[in-house]
Amino acid sequence: MTANDRDPAIELRDVSKTFRVAHKKGRVRRGLREVVAVDDISLAIERGSIVGYIGPNGAGKSTTIKMLTGILVPSSGQVRVDRLDPSRARLEVTRRIGVVFGQRSQLWWDLPLRDSFSLLRHVYRVPGPRHQENLDRFVELLDMAEFVDVPVRQLSLGQRMRGELAAAILHDPTILFLDEPTIGLDVVSKEAVRRFLIELNRERHTTVLLTTHDLADVERLCERLIIIDHGTVIEDGTVADIKERYGTERTVVIDLDQPSVPLTVAGTEVVRIDGPRQWLRFRRADTTAAAVVAAVAEQADVRDLTVDEPEIDDIVRHIYQASR
Amino acid sequence: MPLRIYGHLVAAKTRADFQYRTSFFLYLASQTLISFADMVVVLILFTQVSSIASWSRSQVLFLYALSGIGFGLADLFISQVGLVSRHIKAGTFDQFLLRPLGALWQLSALEFAPRRAGRAVQPVIVLAVILPALDVQWTPVKVALVPITVVCGAVIFGAVWVTASSLAFYLVNSQELANSFTYGGSFLTQYPIDILGPWLRRFFTFAVPLAFVCYFPAAYIVDQPLPESIPSWFSFAAPVIALASVVVARALWRLGIRHYRSTGS
Amino acid sequence: MRPYWEVARRTFHKMTTYRGATFAGAFTNTVFGLLSAYILLAVYAQRPSINGYDAVDAVTFTFVVQGLLMVVSVFGDTEIADRIKSGDVVIDLYRPIDYQGYWLAERYGKAAFYAIFRGIPPLIVGALVFDLRFPTSVSTWLAFLLSTALAVAVGFGWGFLLQLTAFWILDVRGPNQLGWVIAQFLAGMFIPLFLFPAWLMAIARALPFASILQLPAETFLGKHEGADLVGVLAIQAVWAIVLIGAGRLVLARAVRRVVVQGG
Ligand SMILES: Nc1ncnc2c1ncn2[C@@H]1O[C@H](COP(=O)(O)OP(=O)(O)O)[C@@H](O)[C@H]1O
Ligand SMILES: [Mg+2]
Repeated sequence: MTANDRDPAIELRDVSKTFRVAHKKGRVRRGLREVVAVDDISLAIERGSIVGYIGPNGAGKSTTIKMLTGILVPSSGQVRVDRLDPSRARLEVTRRIGVVFGQRSQLWWDLPLRDSFSLLRHVYRVPGPRHQENLDRFVELLDMAEFVDVPVRQLSLGQRMRGELAAAILHDPTILFLDEPTIGLDVVSKEAVRRFLIELNRERHTTVLLTTHDLADVERLCERLIIIDHGTVIEDGTVADIKERYGTERTVVIDLDQPSVPLTVAGTEVVRIDGPRQWLRFRRADTTAAAVVAAVAEQADVRDLTVDEPEIDDIVRHIYQASR
Repeated sequence: MPLRIYGHLVAAKTRADFQYRTSFFLYLASQTLISFADMVVVLILFTQVSSIASWSRSQVLFLYALSGIGFGLADLFISQVGLVSRHIKAGTFDQFLLRPLGALWQLSALEFAPRRAGRAVQPVIVLAVILPALDVQWTPVKVALVPITVVCGAVIFGAVWVTASSLAFYLVNSQELANSFTYGGSFLTQYPIDILGPWLRRFFTFAVPLAFVCYFPAAYIVDQPLPESIPSWFSFAAPVIALASVVVARALWRLGIRHYRSTGS
Repeated sequence: MRPYWEVARRTFHKMTTYRGATFAGAFTNTVFGLLSAYILLAVYAQRPSINGYDAVDAVTFTFVVQGLLMVVSVFGDTEIADRIKSGDVVIDLYRPIDYQGYWLAERYGKAAFYAIFRGIPPLIVGALVFDLRFPTSVSTWLAFLLSTALAVAVGFGWGFLLQLTAFWILDVRGPNQLGWVIAQFLAGMFIPLFLFPAWLMAIARALPFASILQLPAETFLGKHEGADLVGVLAIQAVWAIVLIGAGRLVLARAVRRVVVQGG
């Protein structure tokens, strides 16, 4: 098989997924209602990229991932993963992808992690030496040495999730799907997971599609961000692009020599005062940070100043609100 | 699924089950007891009468043994597929679709319950005891028909199990429905199916072919007449029926998987 | 009594939400009823009457038993065991409602539901396919209801004891299953006790399990009247008290152990 590196790793063409769900109509009668979980999505993801796939709850993220991994058959449209249709060539696709659902486990509950890994080695028929090599590397990168021999049921969530991650990639998949892999994790584990993903991507060019509610994940990991809501893509671009486009408001934080009345600078608004420190918010369309600083310097003695970049959190919240 | 991988998965499950040793052995005992009780029922009935539908006690015990071994094998290797309904409800069926092995064999391996081996113990003993006691002129054909029947019986039971369990992809609570054909089938096939009314008999011959599990072949072996409407070659049709059942079961199972809808979060 | 009534009522209501499962279960009971009935008829084809029961009695018995299976819960529950395993039992014990009483009330709520939705359908289908013998007098119906109510208590007592093994072993499915298979056989679920040879029937009748299925089914057939009927109900009541009392003792022991050892 000659995989053309130009081919996208993942491709969706006009993909929709509709669920028929029962709902109550009064006490006895029940009706069927159609829920369009994914509504005509088209997108392509390049090999070797880490892409954040985000959206509010119920946006259709998990449904998309389930179609890409062969769990669900799309209602219409075409899905390609490594050029294969997961619903037709499911077994073949499973060899090329790794999957982690943050809320599910694929480990053997009553057995130590190491045993789960070794079972997966047989399931995926990974040659022994390659397995050992991977295992050593992952144990080191994910800092698992302390607990690989403990039964999974006794692991903490953070430890287990690191195990899940290793389990998902022991067979050297080229594409990794992660559905909320950091949900419920402590800060240390979150960081371990992120560092690991960066390392994996750098070392092996693994393509990663990741959903998350923690935008710190996105900021740390993703070049590209796809935002969906109500089953459709509402934003798609690099993280910098999106900040640029939506970060229309910035804030200059100024430390004055001494407390002062609210500063008046054209095009800005003082949003907060704390002793000698003042926060001036402005719209990019109206003025620039340099102009604001210059105007302030004319009115008072400035000790120090910083310009707050827009937080991705705020931007995304803003985008969600706009789409409602 | 390659046998070696199956073996590894089964061994892992067995190791895990063994952590609850007391329960494991009690469960094993209960499984053995269930098929023992089935035999005791036959023996009890024959304390009251000397034949059932003109079949003698050893002949019915022969049916019991054939049915019990076939069912025991299917119970050990295939019945796990019944758990699909629970996995579907919990949304945990996802994991079976994410690995490079057929979902059916994964279920069979990952939910393997060694305690179920208890089911076939009693029927095997009964077969060993009853074969020499049967008043039969053994011919090569009859001798060959015994193992063939056991294997085909297991396959037919397995196919019924898979077919019935495929319902779970459409109906939330299908496990009990499935049980009436599987456990019901095990119960039914221990007796000459001739005892059923004509409609049920036709149903279990042509729709759900449990009559081929042991009744038709055993009738030939012990020289019992088949019901009037049944051609005599049905006694040898079990392999064909088994194969056809597998084809149907496999198609329905695959269709079911394409209908799998997972669960919303 | 009020809180117990509430528990039973709520359980009943909760059960009504499991419609699909209920239908499927009733179907299964009906199929097993049909299969057993044909086997018994094949036996009765050789003899008109066995131990005073004719073919109509036997077939009726089969469908009554199928209808009672869930009412008296012969497949066992693990809800109590699950709470013991998770340690929640300790919290339950501090509730202002009697622990065993709570679960008994819950059992009666389920029993009432199953009596209607899983008891009646097999009987109806049975009556359509075969000739069945229904009680002809109101007093027989009442006796049957009372006997069934007592059977529920006996079944509960046995199941409660089995589930208490959770205090000693991690996974109760083994003892639960073993305990119930024995009970099923000796209660007349596989075949009626009146087909048993005399010695085995004597043993089965001396044990509590006959009270769970055999005695209510016999009452349905009107086999017991007057003093005899009172005797049957008394036997059931005694077994209910003995088993439930034993459950209380064992529970108290086990709890003391848990509290002393700190779980
Ligand atoms: N298996 C299912 N059955 C019915 N509805 C579903 C199912 N899976 C998802 N949905 C519905 O589809 C929509 C999208 O769900 P999902 O993809 O899980 O969203 P997200 O992962 O973005 O939170 C939601 O309205 C959800 O309720
Ligand atoms: Mg989701």
